[in-house]
Amino acid sequence: MSDIVPDTELDCIGLYCPLPLSMAKENIANIDIGQVLKILADDPDAEKDIPGWAKRAGHQILMFERSGQVATFWIKRIR
Amino acid sequence: MSFMQGIYLDNQSAMLPDPRVLDFAKRYLIEVPGNPSALHSVGLAAKSAVEEAREKVAELINAEDARNVIFTGSATEANNLAIRGTAMRNASKGMSLLASRIEHISVLNSMKDLQKNGFQLQLIPVDSKGIVDLQALERMISKQTIVTSVMYANGEIGTIEPIKEISHIVHEKGMLLHVDATVAAGRIPIDVQNDGIDLLTLSSNDICGPQGAGALYAGPDVKIQPVTVGGGQERGLRPGTENLFAIAGMGEAARLARLEMSDDSIRLKAIRDSLIREILKIDETHLTGHATNRLPHHASFRFDRIEGESILLTLDAMFDIQVSTGSACSSRTLEASHVLLALGLKHEQAHGSMVMTLGKSNHPDQISVVFDAVKKTVARLRALSPL
Repeated sequence: MSDIVPDTELDCIGLYCPLPLSMAKENIANIDIGQVLKILADDPDAEKDIPGWAKRAGHQILMFERSGQVATFWIKRIR
Repeated sequence: MSFMQGIYLDNQSAMLPDPRVLDFAKRYLIEVPGNPSALHSVGLAAKSAVEEAREKVAELINAEDARNVIFTGSATEANNLAIRGTAMRNASKGMSLLASRIEHISVLNSMKDLQKNGFQLQLIPVDSKGIVDLQALERMISKQTIVTSVMYANGEIGTIEPIKEISHIVHEKGMLLHVDATVAAGRIPIDVQNDGIDLLTLSSNDICGPQGAGALYAGPDVKIQPVTVGGGQERGLRPGTENLFAIAGMGEAARLARLEMSDDSIRLKAIRDSLIREILKIDETHLTGHATNRLPHHASFRFDRIEGESILLTLDAMFDIQVSTGSACSSRTLEASHVLLALGLKHEQAHGSMVMTLGKSNHPDQISVVFDAVKKTVARLRALSPL
């Protein structure tokens, strides 16, 4: 388990494209620059889609964990 | 108040139902309150309306037996039933799934849902025009591939797939082919028997019927199980009281589409070809999808150095012309469309997409107005673009 304390958490378990990405965008827009968004997702494409979006949007993936089907991302808002 | 004052070129996202369809179906909202499962005379009248609609839909696609048509609430529901219902019912024969890279999200997400339950999903590549790579399909398919899904035509780029050849490859392995015909039905002839289609998805509102109905054709050799459970409606495959108005309307829309498709296609194709010819005169503008093997009402483009959303909003606000940018998925996330990326485009190229889909309200006099508006819009946006 990570010791990074997120400022907000987004549960996308059971959701598929486009929801994890659209909700991630909405959630990161609602935190301050420097704060951390934690996302849980089990869409099989999440491991590709979420880091791809974070990179294009200029945010930083602080950490990634996988437990069974659930991928967890800690993303720091940079811009 | 009507919103349809300008030039509406987004008939694929939504279109007004044909007034003749509404005239036909409205009695099932206001005169026949029957539940088709009820045994009394009003229920029987409702049941008769559902069966009449089933016959009309079966005729549109030349189904061998109207009983092979199952009404659903939407095309998305039909895609879920086709893929999840067939995969779960036949899991003992294999756990592999195939879909083209450019399928609708309701197909891809149904398959991803199965992936979480142990099924393996592979995506078939397409060429730069969106045509499925048949050699790749031959390499990828096996006797464990219980469902292969390829759309009849793609809604974002208009390309029509070689369904008969695809069916031949799938059937050589003795496996099942699902075809999502949501955007193709009513636009081009579909013959499930001649095309060799095992499962076919249809949408009411894409053939000028009311929203709230879809249908799945499941051929005589297809074993399928429900994905929702309840009463025994629709052979138990889509339980829940039928949406009588939408189903009756879908049937009538299917009948009209069958009778009028040929003339409509000729008329719309002429307008479409002129639009494409004119719009491609704008610098750094590209047609997306196949130049000739495409739906007759469909024109799609991409413009270098500008974003599709900006084009859509400017055309709407300044010229009262409604277009779309492509898939609902990418519209929601503002990410590049999975369809355009599958064609081999880069992210920045895939963002400048504009899709025009023609319908009954469009006529040749609109071509010059649309061209002029698109030209001014592109020039204005490029002048503002930092790229």
